[in-house]
Amino acid sequence: MLRALNDIYSVFWVDLRNLRHHWRTTIATSLVQPLLYLVAFGYGLGGGISLDGVGYLAFVIPGIVALTALSTSFNGAASKLQVDRFFYKSFDELLMSPVSLYSIVIGKALIGVVRGFISSFTMLLVGFALSPKLIVSPLLVLVLLVSCFVFALFGVLAALVINSHQSMSTFSNLVLLPMTFLSGTFFSLNQLPDIAKALLYLLPLTHSSSTLRAVALDTQFPWLSFVALIGFGIAFFAGCVLALKRASV
Amino acid sequence: MAGVVLEAFIVTEQLTKCYSQIRAVQDLDMQVYAGEFFGFLGPNGAGKTTTIRIMTTLTKPTSGGVRINGFDVVKEADEVKKIIGVVQQHLSLDRDLTVRENMEFRARIHHLGATERKKRISELLEYVELTDCADRMVNTLSGGMQKRAAIACSLLHEPKVLFLDEPTVGLDAQGRRRLWDLLRRLNMDGTTIFLTTHYIEEAEALCHRVGIIHHGRLIALDTPLALREKLGLVAVEAHVNNKETHYKYFADRASATRYVQSLPANAGTVIIRDSNLEDVFVELTGEKVGEA
Repeated sequence: MLRALNDIYSVFWVDLRNLRHHWRTTIATSLVQPLLYLVAFGYGLGGGISLDGVGYLAFVIPGIVALTALSTSFNGAASKLQVDRFFYKSFDELLMSPVSLYSIVIGKALIGVVRGFISSFTMLLVGFALSPKLIVSPLLVLVLLVSCFVFALFGVLAALVINSHQSMSTFSNLVLLPMTFLSGTFFSLNQLPDIAKALLYLLPLTHSSSTLRAVALDTQFPWLSFVALIGFGIAFFAGCVLALKRASV
Repeated sequence: MAGVVLEAFIVTEQLTKCYSQIRAVQDLDMQVYAGEFFGFLGPNGAGKTTTIRIMTTLTKPTSGGVRINGFDVVKEADEVKKIIGVVQQHLSLDRDLTVRENMEFRARIHHLGATERKKRISELLEYVELTDCADRMVNTLSGGMQKRAAIACSLLHEPKVLFLDEPTVGLDAQGRRRLWDLLRRLNMDGTTIFLTTHYIEEAEALCHRVGIIHHGRLIALDTPLALREKLGLVAVEAHVNNKETHYKYFADRASATRYVQSLPANAGTVIIRDSNLEDVFVELTGEKVGEA
């Protein structure tokens, strides 16, 4: 167990070193998109609207925080792993070391968690400053961390299964982008017909944004969504291990 | 290696690897001895890298197997990983980190403790003559320095055998000689070396024994000298009409000279020289290395 933790840290350590060399640009660029969403949707479109009984700004901020967690954690983990696999080829060194596949998967996800958490927590603070209705609590931080971890594992899985930068950007456009807009981030799922609603519950971001929103606005905590989110995490983890086992065939 | 009891260190048995329709490696049977400097020679695409990837646990064989120091590379991969060091063709260094950071990472994933890590890193930096560049980013180093850094990284956990896949591709003459010296020194110090190359002179200069692989099959395996002896130690090249070159091989200079004297007067330019591994390769395969 101690060895596994040590291995996870070793895998994470090298990515952290890498981030340390250019952390400013990395974090600044990850905030551009969510800040634009905030201005365009929060202020531009939603100025006079209220949804689910709250002002649109207070409604949309947790959604934007969730999508920041998704995109930054996913890309943070996936892009570094893809570079390691195809550009540096240093990922092979991990596979030829005594580090277990489980430790490799978790270790490679952690850089996504760190990047995702820094960016989404920054967005959360911006949101808190703009809309004092929001409540920043330890539970909110916990839900945010869990979300980042789930999305980082998703990124690791994608980077292991997808074998070129080209296909990765196709995946981003076909899967991630629709997900960021549809998962109850910018609108309430209650506005949708039941079938659409049921389909959207198949997306992990839907559960992340509804849980975050409930905690931030102090409404009833959606336990089922939180459990579903963790379930997605476990599924992604299992997928990563499977992909690594198959990689050596 | 005369007078030494040879102990088989790497043993392949009927090793075969297929990728869909292509047989990359076929029925490979060979042994590499402990302490040996072994060269695996063949043109690009002959199956060299596939063989190394199987030996280093990265790829699984379709059938047959490999044992290293008695451990099966598939079933006992964890044991194998402890005793192998690998320098891949593509370096596998994180080029946005310093040499020292790369070494520290590799030492960590091979479970070296903090004190041991520090000691091994400075020893090895010294060994590969990179102490002054330890804190430079890898992408600011020359090709030869990057290779030496990769070798230092692969030696941290004191492997018994070092695999090098085409280590001198892309290096200039100085960088290549320096690397050769380093590899010889390493072998003298007791590390078994398994090197793949498509440079004939590299195999000749470094290796105790050479295996020649062609279209995934091992077609010859012996010392460079013995391989040349089988063909003839002396080569005669006759350039006919400046168009074609004919080769003939002889056991010694006297018989080669006799043959040249028997040629008609209009035979064109004739050269008598020592045969080399390239001659062996061409005769065995009908192709020149690199052209296949």
